[in-house]
Amino acid sequence: MSIAEIEESTGHLTFKLDQELFAIDISKVREVLEYTTVTKVPQTPEFMCGVINLRGGVVPVVDLRRKFSMSAAEKTVNTCIIIVEVLLDGVITVLGALADSVQEVHEFEADQIEPAPKIGTKLNTDFIKGMGKRDDQFIMILDIDKVFSIDELVIVKQTEECSAANKPEGTTK
Amino acid sequence: MSNNEQHKAAYVEEAYELLSALETSLLELEDNLEDMEIVGTIFRALHTIKGSGSMFGFDDIASFTHDIENIFDKVRNGEMSVTKELIDLTLSAGDHIKLLLDEPELADKQMAGDIIASLKALSPKTIVLHEVKTSPAPPQSVENALEEDVTYRIRFRPPLDIFIRGINPIHLINELHLLGDCRITAQTDAIPQIVDINPEHCYTYWDIILTTSMGVNAIKDVFIFIVDDCELDIDSIAGGNNLDEEAIQNKLQDVFASQGYVSQEDWQEISGPHKRIGDILLERKDISKEDLQKSLDGQKPIGEILVDSGRIDSGKVESALAEQQHVRSSLKKKGKAGLSSSSIRVSSDKLDNLVNLVGELVTVQARLTQTSASRNDPELFLISEEVERLTEELRDNTMSVRMVPIGTMYSKFKRLVRDLSDEMGKEVQMSTEGSDTELDKTVIEKLNDPMVHLIRNSIDHGIESPDVRRSLGKPEEGTLNLTARHSGANVVIEINDDGAGLDPEAIRGKAVEKGLIEQNAELSEKEIFALILAPGFSTAKKITSVSGRGVGMDVVKRNIEAVRGSIDIESHKGTGTTITLSLPLTLAIIDGLLVKVGEEMFVVPLSLVKECVELTGEDISNAHGRQISNVRGEIVPYINLREKFSIYGGKPDIEQIVITNVNGQRVGFVVDHVIGEHQTVIKSLGRVYKDIEGVSGATILGDGTVALIIDVSKLLQSERSLLAGNSNN
Repeated sequence: MSIAEIEESTGHLTFKLDQELFAIDISKVREVLEYTTVTKVPQTPEFMCGVINLRGGVVPVVDLRRKFSMSAAEKTVNTCIIIVEVLLDGVITVLGALADSVQEVHEFEADQIEPAPKIGTKLNTDFIKGMGKRDDQFIMILDIDKVFSIDELVIVKQTEECSAANKPEGTTK
Repeated sequence: MSNNEQHKAAYVEEAYELLSALETSLLELEDNLEDMEIVGTIFRALHTIKGSGSMFGFDDIASFTHDIENIFDKVRNGEMSVTKELIDLTLSAGDHIKLLLDEPELADKQMAGDIIASLKALSPKTIVLHEVKTSPAPPQSVENALEEDVTYRIRFRPPLDIFIRGINPIHLINELHLLGDCRITAQTDAIPQIVDINPEHCYTYWDIILTTSMGVNAIKDVFIFIVDDCELDIDSIAGGNNLDEEAIQNKLQDVFASQGYVSQEDWQEISGPHKRIGDILLERKDISKEDLQKSLDGQKPIGEILVDSGRIDSGKVESALAEQQHVRSSLKKKGKAGLSSSSIRVSSDKLDNLVNLVGELVTVQARLTQTSASRNDPELFLISEEVERLTEELRDNTMSVRMVPIGTMYSKFKRLVRDLSDEMGKEVQMSTEGSDTELDKTVIEKLNDPMVHLIRNSIDHGIESPDVRRSLGKPEEGTLNLTARHSGANVVIEINDDGAGLDPEAIRGKAVEKGLIEQNAELSEKEIFALILAPGFSTAKKITSVSGRGVGMDVVKRNIEAVRGSIDIESHKGTGTTITLSLPLTLAIIDGLLVKVGEEMFVVPLSLVKECVELTGEDISNAHGRQISNVRGEIVPYINLREKFSIYGGKPDIEQIVITNVNGQRVGFVVDHVIGEHQTVIKSLGRVYKDIEGVSGATILGDGTVALIIDVSKLLQSERSLLAGNSNN
């Protein structure tokens, strides 16, 4: 089902997080920006980087490394923000995803795609539509709607509550 | 086809407006059963709904409204009197029309029939036939200017014993008002000396100048009951467009002649009433043009001359002057209507777009100002100053376009109060003040639900039933007062009732029971009242259909805070409650104070900021760990933003406290630096951050980075709940 979707798509944007390659459907991507100043919003979980100014609009940015429980990285010239349009609770929402570098737009052939493995990845397998293969390298094809789904938002909320609950210990010290 | 759809949409929109106008008028009429002017307004609204309805294919509405219109035609003609039942039924008829507009398939034919049947039952049967006779007269449309108006001069001299017959001449004259624009002069010269006055006689008579499209028969109908006994002269003096300004000026003489004020035979002789005496003399070659001109130049206005010479009294001249003015002004009105209408309808989407664009312009302008300041180029500086001025003006103008008077909301509440008090068997008189206070459209829209809730609360919990009120020595009728006024950059709305008031002890007890506060917590009265805003709090002993489920007040609070407003409750047990809502004028752009903590910029709404003071290390050590500062002998607690927002980095030696005033409480926020004033275009943080506490939005600074707007009242609250949590541990 999801593999069929991948084949139908005109292409996927591949990007790097740490040493791993990921891909998202190009139709979800609005643009790729250079890394700019991100304003941190207080009392939010670590993976919520903050907000940026996108031509007069305020767009939240998610650090995908943190989101996928990878270690934080230094910002380099290659660090970029992929602006995606996702369906949040039925509303198209513009979000930024922080990636180490973007690679290329790649069209996957049918024989290059395999279903997502149930185990063996660090990620929640719900996030993965399928595994692409190119030059002996695996590319995780993300279901970006799920990564930024409303359920994930609930997690955002919960962590918030956690951080709020932890707060008193921090401040009363 | 799409054009047709568009027209239909326009009709629906217009119909909604007319219906709400209808509702307002009906409620006014209820207070003022005799006011024929209001009846006229109602009739016109119904007529327009019907007329345009049948034009755009809303046949159900047209036929339904037609029946109601007929009823009001009778009322208008004085054949039926206004009763509470009539108003009740018409209100429900209005609701039915609304339903027909919204969901025609859901509308209950039966109900329409019932309403009409009950309405018809109210009207006396004998008149049903008569109705057919009167309705063909073209009823007035709202735009008078579209139809051919004729001005009539009416002299109405009632019989001396009109009072004894039970007819009030004032009502008849008021009825004339319904026909069109009218000017009335009372003539008092027939009133005898006081010794001779019979108080049961009517000595006054009236001169009325009326511009109407209804025709002379409509005027005669007004006087139908006494036409045989009174002196009634109706002459048409100006019709349609055949009069120009000059002609009216010259008509003064004719007016005197034809009204019979000046009964000189000479004037009678003159055949046509439309000729000036000078012209006639010229025609007869009795006088040369030059001579006439000369004598005219030295002439006083004819009115003065006539009064001076004692031929007529000044009341008569006044009446004639009134006629002159009336004709003149009605012609002017016509001219105006011909030019263009004074307002246009714009979809609010377009306005929102405009506001967004202006917001972006303000941001760019901030950048320009910043750049020009750093370039040290006088020419650039001049330009950027000019742009700044223009932008500010543009911003203010754009904002004012979105402003709507709060009165539009008041009228809705009138109906609500009426229905609720009926339902609960209470007598409530609602009064409103400051209905022309303007607020941003979006604020008004968001204000509706909370206001409805507060009003419901006032009527349900606040105002007692008539019996209870009587036993308490209060007037049986409770009062509910809505006041709106400007206060700085805010609009303050007060909802005041003279009901039972809040019982601090009961609230306290309930709060303890619900675990909201400690048994022995020391709270000021204000703090206790603020508890009713907590979620799940309700002291109502029984749950009614309108309120008491305890979901109300916290929703109210949330809604008000969503528009950056605040709530204040003041109450005295037994004498009433006042709830004060303080709201920002607009949601889109605010004046802010830009502050810096570490590398982060924040904006504090300037309307809340009272002052900024320094906080030195010495002050901190003097306070012994308490976050309290001493501002000119006054104790002000403060919140350290660096700690609150977990911002890293060393703090400067001297920090700044921005002191704000939230709901009457002074609280400071410690920041590193105060940068200055900033025109803040508010951007939403979006759905992802919708639950963030302490930040109400973001704005874009001159250098393109994003600064967060601090939600002062939320921060305060979370700080308070933290403290409460700590004391529990």
